[in-house]
Amino acid sequence: MTYILVLEQILNGLQFGVMLFLMAAGLTLVFGVMGLINLAHGSLYMVGAFAAAAVAGWTGSFLLALIASLAAAAAAGALMELVVIRRLYRRDHLDQVLATFALILIFSEGTRWLFGSFPLFLDVPPYLSGPVTLPGGIEYPLYRLAIILIGLAIAAGLFLLIARTRIGIQIRAGEADREMIAALGVDISKLYTLVFALGAALAGLAGALVGAIQSVQVGMGEPVLILAFVVIVIGGIGSIKGALAGALLVGMTDTLGGVFLPRLFTLFMEPASAASAGASLASMLIYILMAGVLLVRPSGLYGGSA
Amino acid sequence: MLTREYMLNWAMIAALLFVPLAAWTLDEPFIITLATKAAILALAGVGLNIALGQGGLISLGHAAFFGIGGYAMGILAAHAQNYEPLFGWPFLFEGSNQMPLIWLVAVAASASAALVIGALSLRTSGVYFIMITLAFGQMLYYFAISWSAYGGEDGLSIWVRNEFPGLNTLDPIQFFAIAYVILCLALFFAARLARSPFGLALAAARQNEDRVEAVGLTPFTLRLTAFVISGAITGLAGALFADLNRFVSPTMLSWHTSGEIMIFVILGGVGRLYGPVAGAALYILLEHLLGGISDYWQIFLGLLLLLIVLFARGGLIGALAGREKAHG
Repeated sequence: MTYILVLEQILNGLQFGVMLFLMAAGLTLVFGVMGLINLAHGSLYMVGAFAAAAVAGWTGSFLLALIASLAAAAAAGALMELVVIRRLYRRDHLDQVLATFALILIFSEGTRWLFGSFPLFLDVPPYLSGPVTLPGGIEYPLYRLAIILIGLAIAAGLFLLIARTRIGIQIRAGEADREMIAALGVDISKLYTLVFALGAALAGLAGALVGAIQSVQVGMGEPVLILAFVVIVIGGIGSIKGALAGALLVGMTDTLGGVFLPRLFTLFMEPASAASAGASLASMLIYILMAGVLLVRPSGLYGGSA
Repeated sequence: MLTREYMLNWAMIAALLFVPLAAWTLDEPFIITLATKAAILALAGVGLNIALGQGGLISLGHAAFFGIGGYAMGILAAHAQNYEPLFGWPFLFEGSNQMPLIWLVAVAASASAALVIGALSLRTSGVYFIMITLAFGQMLYYFAISWSAYGGEDGLSIWVRNEFPGLNTLDPIQFFAIAYVILCLALFFAARLARSPFGLALAAARQNEDRVEAVGLTPFTLRLTAFVISGAITGLAGALFADLNRFVSPTMLSWHTSGEIMIFVILGGVGRLYGPVAGAALYILLEHLLGGISDYWQIFLGLLLLLIVLFARGGLIGALAGREKAHG
């Protein structure tokens, strides 16, 4: 085990964490501002990936594909909010869970109907493919590095948006006291649609970026959605800072655990059973992490009151 | 009192008995199998409804218990058919193809899992609880996929359905009878539970936690007990479901299964004792009818569910029997 391998895996963990952050940011914003649990967030991720794959197929441009993913997911999100979600804000969580679960069924089967069951492929453009040599002599895929940079840039942009702009003030005010900011003359329903579309766009972009590494298929959003839930449970629901911390923690734990646990187990087990025992434990590692965080801090690392 | 809901409940439970009996006389084994599936899924829903309807605990992780029940059956039966003991130490434990023993193991295993998951999840409430139960369910799902000793992603197939003393379980109507009797017992138990001192305290904890605490009861203990009972019943349903298909796979543990079990409860009507029966029957009916028309029948299921949640909150029983009597 060399230090290059370790650094490579740390970068992979960072890349995964950054993608999870894009998913978790939207979820946690929507929960923080509107008090809504949205299971259909994974469908928006899928919409983004399919839009990108379709546009890349027609135009051949990766940049246009990314823009399409943002636009399509934001549009789908805004539509979802206007037609269904806004009826759910005053409902209890059970209704929210069911209605958004129904949306998943509609989106997943609708996409299967439109695009078929076979996975689509989104190619990494030539100018982003191939490895780069990082300082220290590490060869690392340029595309993954680009994902890390895009993700970090968006995280920084989101923090600025929330900390420094008028919209950001309104979002934070919405989290603190909905009635009050409505009384102060902010069009709250427009703000809600905007926040929802913003979260959707981030999810769609994440879908498109990951779609180029993996395949674009129906149901691709759900494993990521559940990881994003783990992220915001760990970070504290409603907190963007928590989402970032949680995402990096989950990304690292999952990636490093998957690579190193089976190796660790070979120290005291025979190779074959070490591989399977290590893989089993690695698949459960982030949930164990979540349980650990909950035992110490039931409302997450950065959460206020649950 | 002969309310409309009361009569509707009897009508449903009678219909669930009558349809397969009619199918039996007409020699339509497929319809008997569908009815068996509806009865088993209803049982899973009855389990969830104890946590959801009576306890107000929105668990999106009940597939965990359903799947554990399924795997309890799969593992015991697989060992029995290969004549390999599960473990030889500290005592010899052999596989089994006897349903009563399998059910016992399924109930014990899913109740233990519910105890651990519940003890952790119930430290929180609201959205956290939903997400955490979902995450724990998913943890078991990934564990089952990576657990290659019992089939991993491919699941486990059993050659012959397990046995029940005195019955031929391979005969569809006899297996239906087993599922139906268990469902009726579970419904009876759930009804008694709701009216027991425990059930009343649980309902009170759902409606006003502070008052329950003020009279000296612990909401956490009440909820955890309800969660364990709920998980155990859903686990039993899982064992029966696996026996129906003679197959168990990680799909039983996936969160879609959790969502579907919840759909049975909701389609029928939340908080209604017989809601899961109506819901599961409706679900099977829709799956069979719409699934015959279009491969994409879940779009219609989604739309229906959406409409029920948005506009018809009482579900099927609410629509047929009128509003629930006022409480909470």
